[in-house]
Amino acid sequence: MPGTKEKKRKTPKAPNGSDCTRRTILKTGAAAGVVTMLTSRKSLAQSIPTQPPDCTPQPTNSPATRPFIQALPIPPIAIPTILYPFPTLQADTAAGEAARANHQDWTQFFPFIQYSVSIQPAMHQFHPDIPPTYCWGYNGIYPGPTFLNIYGVPIVVRFINNLPVNNIGFGDNNHTTHMHNGHTASESDGFAGDYWSPGLFKDHHYPNVYAGFNAHPPLGDPLEAQHTYWYHDHRHSFTATNNYRGINGMYLAYDDVDTGLEIPGQGSQALRLPGGYGIYDIPLNFTDKLFCSDGQMYATAPDAVPAGDKFCVNGAIQPYFNVQTRKYRFRFLNSGPARIWTFNLFDNNGNPAPMTVVATDGNLLPSPVEIIPSSSVPTLQGLTVYVSQRYDVIIDFTNATPGTSWFLTNVAAQFVSNASEPEPAPGVQMGNVVMAFNITGPPLFPDQSQVPATLTTLPNITTPLANLFGTRVWNFNDFVAGAEGDPSNPTAKVFNVNGLTFDPNRADASIQQGSAETWLIRNRFPGTGWTHPVHIHLEEGRVLDRRNITVNPTTGAITINSQGVPPLEQGRRDVYPILPNDEVLIFLQFRDWFGKYMMHCHNLGHEDNLMLVRWDVTTGPSTTVTSPVYSDGTPNTGNGQVNSGAEPNITPAMTNLPPTFNLNPPGTSKLNRPGVNGSKKGVRA
Amino acid sequence: MNRRDFFTCHVADKSRPAASLGPNYYSNGVFTTHEGKKVRFYDDLIKGKISIINFMFATCDKYCPRSIACLTQLQDLLGDRLGRDIFMYSFTLKPDEDTPAKLAAYAKGNGARPGWLFLTGSEYDLTSVRFKLFRLDDPLMDFSVDIHASMLRIINDNNSRWTSWVLPDPPKLIREVVSWVDPTKPFAVRVRENAELQAEIDRESAITAPKWANFRRAHGWPEVTTKYENPEGVKKLKSLLAARA
Repeated sequence: MPGTKEKKRKTPKAPNGSDCTRRTILKTGAAAGVVTMLTSRKSLAQSIPTQPPDCTPQPTNSPATRPFIQALPIPPIAIPTILYPFPTLQADTAAGEAARANHQDWTQFFPFIQYSVSIQPAMHQFHPDIPPTYCWGYNGIYPGPTFLNIYGVPIVVRFINNLPVNNIGFGDNNHTTHMHNGHTASESDGFAGDYWSPGLFKDHHYPNVYAGFNAHPPLGDPLEAQHTYWYHDHRHSFTATNNYRGINGMYLAYDDVDTGLEIPGQGSQALRLPGGYGIYDIPLNFTDKLFCSDGQMYATAPDAVPAGDKFCVNGAIQPYFNVQTRKYRFRFLNSGPARIWTFNLFDNNGNPAPMTVVATDGNLLPSPVEIIPSSSVPTLQGLTVYVSQRYDVIIDFTNATPGTSWFLTNVAAQFVSNASEPEPAPGVQMGNVVMAFNITGPPLFPDQSQVPATLTTLPNITTPLANLFGTRVWNFNDFVAGAEGDPSNPTAKVFNVNGLTFDPNRADASIQQGSAETWLIRNRFPGTGWTHPVHIHLEEGRVLDRRNITVNPTTGAITINSQGVPPLEQGRRDVYPILPNDEVLIFLQFRDWFGKYMMHCHNLGHEDNLMLVRWDVTTGPSTTVTSPVYSDGTPNTGNGQVNSGAEPNITPAMTNLPPTFNLNPPGTSKLNRPGVNGSKKGVRA
Repeated sequence: MNRRDFFTCHVADKSRPAASLGPNYYSNGVFTTHEGKKVRFYDDLIKGKISIINFMFATCDKYCPRSIACLTQLQDLLGDRLGRDIFMYSFTLKPDEDTPAKLAAYAKGNGARPGWLFLTGSEYDLTSVRFKLFRLDDPLMDFSVDIHASMLRIINDNNSRWTSWVLPDPPKLIREVVSWVDPTKPFAVRVRENAELQAEIDRESAITAPKWANFRRAHGWPEVTTKYENPEGVKKLKSLLAARA
């Protein structure tokens, strides 16, 4: 593991402005005997996670930290274990398992590989210049351990809630884990209302199969492969606080196409992208945090997560990463809570360098897409990552000069603490730099990785598209006074979907398993400045069209302008950001499992303000009216439906697809995969 | 460094869970209840209590009636805890209109029991409370008086736990939300509740599971009881492992 070993333990300096430091404690002498004993043995003191008192008021900025003095930590790999009591099909409530429905397809995909993960308090040091801070994490580390999986090998993970029983303030000690966007059965999906309390555990069954395994046995359609996932706390109303405290990690899945290996001789289907977890295949978990003057993570106003001024990558503030002059694969993840990142790469001379995107939300793109500020396509001038989105990015350092550094920057200048630091490269503001890549020298063995011009073919959706049930409309609204014409009489909830907010016991749509629909996801019109990165559980979707709504200022006429599908949305996605005045039309299938699932805004703050929808997969028939009633049974009269056009009812199947949508994008597949398009195995008559 | 800082900064004291954020955080303005009593926000309303707080105004007739009806039902579900450790506070959004007498009539009309107070005060104090408790960090929303009629804030001052919900929703659901700020129940109680929840899920499954099985059968999909047989997967795994070796 590069990075973890060489982190030099330093005595925490007296952080600026704090009168409450370890040093002053030691000075107080005998009266503090017990404390001295604990803190003087540093390792022991650090190993006892103790919730610090709240710091008030909210600091305007975090203590200063020096950039690029700590190496990028690589989260350790999750290690399988043997569970006792043995995991069972039915919830083993007698042994302390949280209540759940029976595992679906447990015997068909029996999980011989078992993991145990404990959600518990931890001390984590974000930077050598500030002391370790109290946080929560999977297995007591932040970020949590990375799962490495192979399609076709089902696993079961026991998530044990060991959060403190008497937690004060910020966050909630009830927990549920969502493996985003695993093709998992409902009872293992981490439904936001199915949380469990300290002392209980729950077994989540991750079969590691492709979507569509019922129609394409045994493993599903390999073209539905998804490779970069993350798993995180999903307890509703506390998702932002619990994630800010640190409950998230990454989950990678390999198959015979994306093998995680770059060596030749794997078969012609292997892509041979830069490989080797933690060596040339590097997870980058981006988040922002705010620290108090004593170096503790700011976690006070119990319901609100602050906007952080410290850029953190894998739990380190502005780290460096040593690279050789060769290609690397980075897995970008925006783990929230709310920041939208726009990344650019600069070399040591301040010249922009390209980043090549090979996968979006873990799904391979048909062909690689290059990000460079000089691009003629605006969306490719920087890599914009909304909350919860993932991008697999290849960066080629082959022509970099050893001894120099390259810099990954976030376009928005919101990193205030280091504003006085000098520019690391001409034209590159230190306040914008997220991390540095230190070029060490040539690789010790030759770079055998490649970035093929054709990465995958998209699944053929001609048949389901011709048999759509219809188009379901979801309006992601936020209410502003006066929108309904009478400012003194509010009619809507804040952050609603179709005028309704989340109730774990109310499904707003029932959808027949195996069917396909198009969903129209709309932001409020007229826009109020909020962007909603909408995430849909269960299956990845295909963006069919992006539209922008405009109003003619003189006539007041509303126009819906089709913008086609942007290059980074031509693959498969599971997060669909809708900007103000935008709407997006997506294609979705609902295969393989039954039960409750969710759609929600993945801005964790909006999510905690109940901008979630429960929808169910059932034996049918699908409901034709969406969001028909309030939770209390009152008919939903469309309050808050300030958007024009269709009300939340389902519209007839959309037969006129936008002309820009191409069912079969060009590119010849070199992949001859079983179970697809009438090859020998698979399709049942 | 004073004595208090010393202990609060460094001592892990499980016997001292009271972590109130105090009057400086919550503000401590003076309000008048619908009974005509003068109260201070932190000292009299928040300190040591569980508070359920919303904003309303007496003449709001589109959205508020259902919200207030929901709170009326909620107070019944709170039972004898209302007025003992749980209190409900409805602050006016329109202090110019809502005099204590008007609020008293409104309280009576909605069947408010002791423990549910309707409050008015100065514009400054009301806005301070609203900003502290309902801030969304968006000027359009935060400065709009009206959108607050649907928001509910729940605070337990003893452990500084906050949560929120929106109105109207089923009172039973909101009663559950209120319980989130309670201290975590003893383990034995939670295990019993977990077993009860499992029994409820099993009752639902008894209806859905046969439907699901029939659906699969009708489509000719593998039975859920099929033994794990995956020659394709095993072959792949072997080839991958061989490639790695």
